[in-house]
Amino acid sequence: MSDSPIALEHHDPNLQHHFVNAEQQRQASSLGMWLFLATELMFFGGMFCAYLIYRYSYPVEFGVGSRTLNLPLGAANTAVLICSSLTVALAIRATQMAKRTLAVVLLLLTMVFGLTFLVIKGFEWKEKYEKHHIPGASFQLSAEDMKGVNVDPQNMQDFQQRTQTFYSLYFAMTGLHALHMIIGVGLFLYLTYATWKGRYTPEYYTPLENGGLYWHFVDIVWIYLFPLLYLIDRNLQK
Amino acid sequence: MATTANFTAERENYLNTEYGARSWLLTTDHKRIALLYLVSITFFFFVGGFFALMIRLELLTPAGDLVLADTYNKLFTMHGQIMVFFFLIPSIPATLGNFLVPMMIGAKDLAFPRINLLSWYLYIIAGTLMMHCVLTGGVDTGWTFYTPYSTAFSNTKVIEAGLAIFINGFSSILTGLNFVVTIHRMRAPGMTWSRLPLFIWSTYATSVIFLLGTPVIAITLLLVVFERAFHLGIFDPNRGGDPLLFQHLFWFYSHPAVYIMILPAMGVVSEIVPCFSRKRVFGYNFVAMSSIAIAVFGFLVWAHHLFVAGISLYSALIFSALSYLVAVPSAIKVFNWTATMYKGSVTFSTPMLYAFGFIGLFTIGGLTGLFLAALGIDVHVHDTYFVIAHFHYIMVGGAVMGFLGGMHFWWPKISGKLYPEAWGRLAAAIVFIGFNLTFFPQFILGYMGMPRRYWQYPPEFQVLNVLSTAGSTILAVGYLLPMIYFTWSLRYGKPAGDNPWGASGLEWQTSSPPTTFNFDETPIVTREAYDYENMPLPEEVSLER
Amino acid sequence: MSSQNSEHSDHVLPSGLYWGIWFTLIVLTLVTAWVANIDLGRLNTVVALVIATGKAIVVVLFFMHVKYTSEKLTKVVVFSAIFFLLILLALSMADYATRLMS
Repeated sequence: MSDSPIALEHHDPNLQHHFVNAEQQRQASSLGMWLFLATELMFFGGMFCAYLIYRYSYPVEFGVGSRTLNLPLGAANTAVLICSSLTVALAIRATQMAKRTLAVVLLLLTMVFGLTFLVIKGFEWKEKYEKHHIPGASFQLSAEDMKGVNVDPQNMQDFQQRTQTFYSLYFAMTGLHALHMIIGVGLFLYLTYATWKGRYTPEYYTPLENGGLYWHFVDIVWIYLFPLLYLIDRNLQK
Repeated sequence: MATTANFTAERENYLNTEYGARSWLLTTDHKRIALLYLVSITFFFFVGGFFALMIRLELLTPAGDLVLADTYNKLFTMHGQIMVFFFLIPSIPATLGNFLVPMMIGAKDLAFPRINLLSWYLYIIAGTLMMHCVLTGGVDTGWTFYTPYSTAFSNTKVIEAGLAIFINGFSSILTGLNFVVTIHRMRAPGMTWSRLPLFIWSTYATSVIFLLGTPVIAITLLLVVFERAFHLGIFDPNRGGDPLLFQHLFWFYSHPAVYIMILPAMGVVSEIVPCFSRKRVFGYNFVAMSSIAIAVFGFLVWAHHLFVAGISLYSALIFSALSYLVAVPSAIKVFNWTATMYKGSVTFSTPMLYAFGFIGLFTIGGLTGLFLAALGIDVHVHDTYFVIAHFHYIMVGGAVMGFLGGMHFWWPKISGKLYPEAWGRLAAAIVFIGFNLTFFPQFILGYMGMPRRYWQYPPEFQVLNVLSTAGSTILAVGYLLPMIYFTWSLRYGKPAGDNPWGASGLEWQTSSPPTTFNFDETPIVTREAYDYENMPLPEEVSLER
Repeated sequence: MSSQNSEHSDHVLPSGLYWGIWFTLIVLTLVTAWVANIDLGRLNTVVALVIATGKAIVVVLFFMHVKYTSEKLTKVVVFSAIFFLLILLALSMADYATRLMS
């Protein structure tokens, strides 16, 4: 593989000087993004490890905690994120076909879905606050929360302590996920603007593609969070 | 090619192409960023070294009479944190790695030059936060941050230190990411994987560990910070948590981290040994593959740090067996370096002295690791000075000597000047003697039962402690000397010429110092990495000039 | 060759495919929520994880284009990350799961 002719290098405004040609740059960029996602997997993974250990150790407590989460809202949020992944994939496709306006609309929709997710999450957290499920001094499990589970009164305090572990992980994991959503929305604000300005073409849309990869990854994290947090021992409510 | 007739009329190179603070602080040139790192890590080396000196001074006498017990806890904590996170982890990768990787593979820069600069700024932000923490009271949890002391009981600045290391982690991750992408995607034509210098293989393996391990300690420290700030109970047994979970998560990174510290030094040795034996590396494939094996196996052994902490016997057995396994690729390397020297034409230059020192001291350190991997022995020597001696043999006798050897080897390339060889050899000898005097007694102390992290000790341990402290002052002299003569050489050193050692490797095909974009034309590689049979000796090279 | 990333831009997938994946994901979400209400004992967790993994695979292969990429390295990176995460989970669990055995 030889260097691109110098004239071509200077004509391509998207080619950075240290790369030999645009294909090398694109491949480098793509590999870089995938490696970053690998680090993100390990980052979330540490918390999944904590979750695994504690769920294994405290199955009943985790069941109690899970059943107090708002299943309809959680499921709705899952659907919202799935829709947002669709719109971002279609937006990239639109850019591949030089349909700039369509791409911008789809990207805006993606952000709308993202913000919807965050709003719903906000409601859920507010609900947790109102029900005294935030770990700490004010934590309290009600009789309703404990329905279907028998705990000795003398063990009740320990039981509540262990259940707080569930909620600590719930807030830590959904909080970190929400932070990634916020960053994602911010990223897409820029990407939408750049798309609207015509910076991405069928020949060059790497930043958009990488942004999409990030967004899908954050979606996948939620795909696992939903069953692991919301669906433990749900059948016990009968 | 290089016209070497007139060195004083300076050719344009990466150092003189632009002057001024902005040209350095906003540079995207990997070589300048390497130097930015070099200055920074040297600063932290001396901060960490200051704490080491304080520890050794306290331990001159059996009684705790120099500092308070709480202060002593802070001293060993900050010594460890600064040395591990702000010196050893970045040292070779961010300085020699940043400088050499693009040149060794025939590229103009790393894949992501701006991310490279960001990586340095993250390091500086983290370092500033850490220094602020140190100067406003410090931390006393041990560099290992064990819970629940760190989350619930310590009255020191755990959150600040934790956040500093968290931010530093992102610096590491970005460096590793840059290296992996660069090595995969930017090799020059003809630079196949089997022609890569072994330093590149080591850097690649190190970068894999950066990418996969660092995020785990990042999230773990973040959880510690949250626990401390919001009184959660993830790691606190009083609140349903398990302290061992913290240890599992912490060591999942921190064990591979020690391979981050040693692999680059091994890479340096793999470059120095063939050059000063005038012989190709024996078993190139084995050395390359063992770098990858060390990185992979290194992720499988972390719980050997938890043998006596309360893990199950069965998992302890598994981790003990795996810990024996991880020694094998390291041993393979030692055999291969030795076989490279056998029947070679060996020159005892300063870099080669450091390489010899590395091989001997790393072997001792590595073998004592096997002692620790044996469950029965570990029960007795865990948390004693035996462990301290073991890891200092590897980190200081190994990694730091590798770093110094590399600095001497590539100094002519980096600065365009030669350091004074006699002083170099003298300093290497002083370092070797000082190092062994400092740390060998510690093996004996630990075996006799002296615990680590203790501020006072029984009087029968004093003699060995005094020897150790004496050694540490000699070692300090050994470290100061290169600082002095490297700086001296910048002004008064002999001009180096492109390839003063007659070394193989694309970096030696550039000028000393190199131009900003390294190569005038993209090189085309047709030879294997260590083609010393077909290369002229340094004297022959210099005769041409 | 006018387009320099020819290998890549060839893969304009039909929009129907994306809608199909979307539909699959929505259905699987409903399934997983519904199955959670049935008592399958320990299988509940297994089923939930299998469905989640199925959804993740589908997102990775199709939305993230891994099925259509010519770069083998992408798949290596994905597998490696998953592998090392599983190491963390498995070997940590090996400790906890064997603690009460004697």
